[in-house]
Amino acid sequence: MDLFLHQVLAGLATGGIYACMALAIVMIYQAIDSLNFAQGEMAMFSTFIAWQFMQWGMPYWVAFFATIAVSFAAGVAIERVVFKPLRHASLLSHIVVFIALFAIINSVAGFIWDFTIKSFPSPFGTQSLFGSGLISMHDTGMIVVTLILLVLLFAFFRYTRIGLAMRATAENPESARLVGIRVGWMVALGWGMAAAIGAVAGMLIAPVVFLEPNMMLSILLYGFAAAVVGGLNSPLGAVIGGFSVGVIENLAGTFIPYVGRELKLTIALTLIVAVLTLKPSGLFGKVVVSRV
Amino acid sequence: MQQNVKDVPAVAMPDATAMKRRRIILSAVAITVAIILPFVVKNFLIFQLTLAMVYAIAILGLNLLTGFNGQFSLGHSAFFAIGAYTAAILMDQGEVAYYWTLPAAGAACMISGFLFGLPALRLEGIYLALATFSLAVAMPQLLKSSPLEPWTGGVQGITILKPDAPFGLPLNSDQWLYIFTLAVLIVLFAAAANLIDSRTGRAIVAIRDNSTAARSMGINVSLYKSLTFGVSAFYTGVAGALGAIVIQFVAPDSFTFVLSIGLFVGLVIGGVGSIAGTLFGGLFVLFVPNIAEAISKGLAGAVYGVILILVIYVMPSGAAGLVRLIGSKIARRTS
Repeated sequence: MDLFLHQVLAGLATGGIYACMALAIVMIYQAIDSLNFAQGEMAMFSTFIAWQFMQWGMPYWVAFFATIAVSFAAGVAIERVVFKPLRHASLLSHIVVFIALFAIINSVAGFIWDFTIKSFPSPFGTQSLFGSGLISMHDTGMIVVTLILLVLLFAFFRYTRIGLAMRATAENPESARLVGIRVGWMVALGWGMAAAIGAVAGMLIAPVVFLEPNMMLSILLYGFAAAVVGGLNSPLGAVIGGFSVGVIENLAGTFIPYVGRELKLTIALTLIVAVLTLKPSGLFGKVVVSRV
Repeated sequence: MQQNVKDVPAVAMPDATAMKRRRIILSAVAITVAIILPFVVKNFLIFQLTLAMVYAIAILGLNLLTGFNGQFSLGHSAFFAIGAYTAAILMDQGEVAYYWTLPAAGAACMISGFLFGLPALRLEGIYLALATFSLAVAMPQLLKSSPLEPWTGGVQGITILKPDAPFGLPLNSDQWLYIFTLAVLIVLFAAAANLIDSRTGRAIVAIRDNSTAARSMGINVSLYKSLTFGVSAFYTGVAGALGAIVIQFVAPDSFTFVLSIGLFVGLVIGGVGSIAGTLFGGLFVLFVPNIAEAISKGLAGAVYGVILILVIYVMPSGAAGLVRLIGSKIARRTS
């Protein structure tokens, strides 16, 4: 029982990472209606920027918020420069551009900061919570920050004018344009927000997995999985999906003998496919009905 | 090109027989060039061109699924792996001749593709992309897992011998494999073109364009969709077997999702829904990363990415789309 509890808590801790990433993925899905494969690399690059700020002597929280601002601007810039000219290209072309961005960002980060592993400080400390040995301060802090982000996002979309305009844009771009919403800028804003959330996720994850250009690869996979299990149009679903993927991954690794450890990733992914076959739009996703 | 366009009647759309004749002439020219090529270039380039053809076959498989049937897949590296391993195991342990491994690999992949296509029926668009992507991610781990190790050789993989030219033909083994792959490629491409031209092909395309309308016209959408998945996997599996024979080696880490993404890029760059375009896709997948590395070693990934974005800017509907566009411009000018 003790082992079980321990594994669930450890799963929640890693789940926090996935939840953060899934939240960023859902954000961009709302804005552009497709999955951004370069999301993880954007988060990784932001984390490197934060690390660089700290190397230059900035205190943690100053660097933290400066990075968020820089990432937001970079996200908007990517949309304006790369994707605006391609607005009418097909979905498949968009995916290729995501792959291209992935390659560019990864290679540039490796070029500037090289591929050696760097440690990244945690603002919460690394000792365990209340000395219980079950979950560390940093993991707790990460879960709390994820939940705060979720509440902020909910409030933004529910109670602000811009949030409403962004929802309208995602729902129906033509009608949104007709009532005077600047659709193009809403999409750019979505990119900016996704980049900023990704930056937060990266900076929270980096103390756990260490900083290097390939740190986000498996996390991005789990993040996608979490977002899809939860439902791609539901931020709450993404967070719940993130935590459950983390817990399932940990429990499978511990309790299913042999196969569990070797095929941890495979088990998690099989579960996702199973969930999708039973509930094709995710556990909390809105079912989209198409008119013929 | 211009020569061919001139004998087209001055109507806006050339009629079907003229188009067919033009296609046959173009194919004949292409095949002649392809046959002469291995006798004038270096061995390493022959090897590379052979690989490019292998990729083209795999991309054609993906194109049948995505381009003609409208189903996403980021998991074709898994079928490529199944094909490659089937061939390698048959040659290594069963001592089967290399040419017999191709139908076996194709059949194995067709069955697994059909079976994977069944649950995939419930998924669409981005969800199907993710499900297939999981397959691609899981495959190397499965190949490495210890219960399968007696056959797959675990992390070490399997080494196989390069076949020599038969009947004492005066060819070295690179040249022979090139010719062999070319022959397989021609057969498979012709088969695909025929399939798409047939009643079945029209059903496949109708499902892509509007599955509800296709269903109301009496097409069994589920059956056709899973069958297309099977055929697509068949092509990719044959490509995998050829790849194993050409490279003489299979290992789990050659078949990661990176290969899937490479095939996907080749599909889009070559032209979604174009059979000839996949050849360009194969060449692109093989050569452009090398070119990027030659331009800058440290920033190879960035150069590759920039090339990719530029190519999408210049030809948003792939090489085939660009050729069509230029063709119609020339036709308009000459008429």
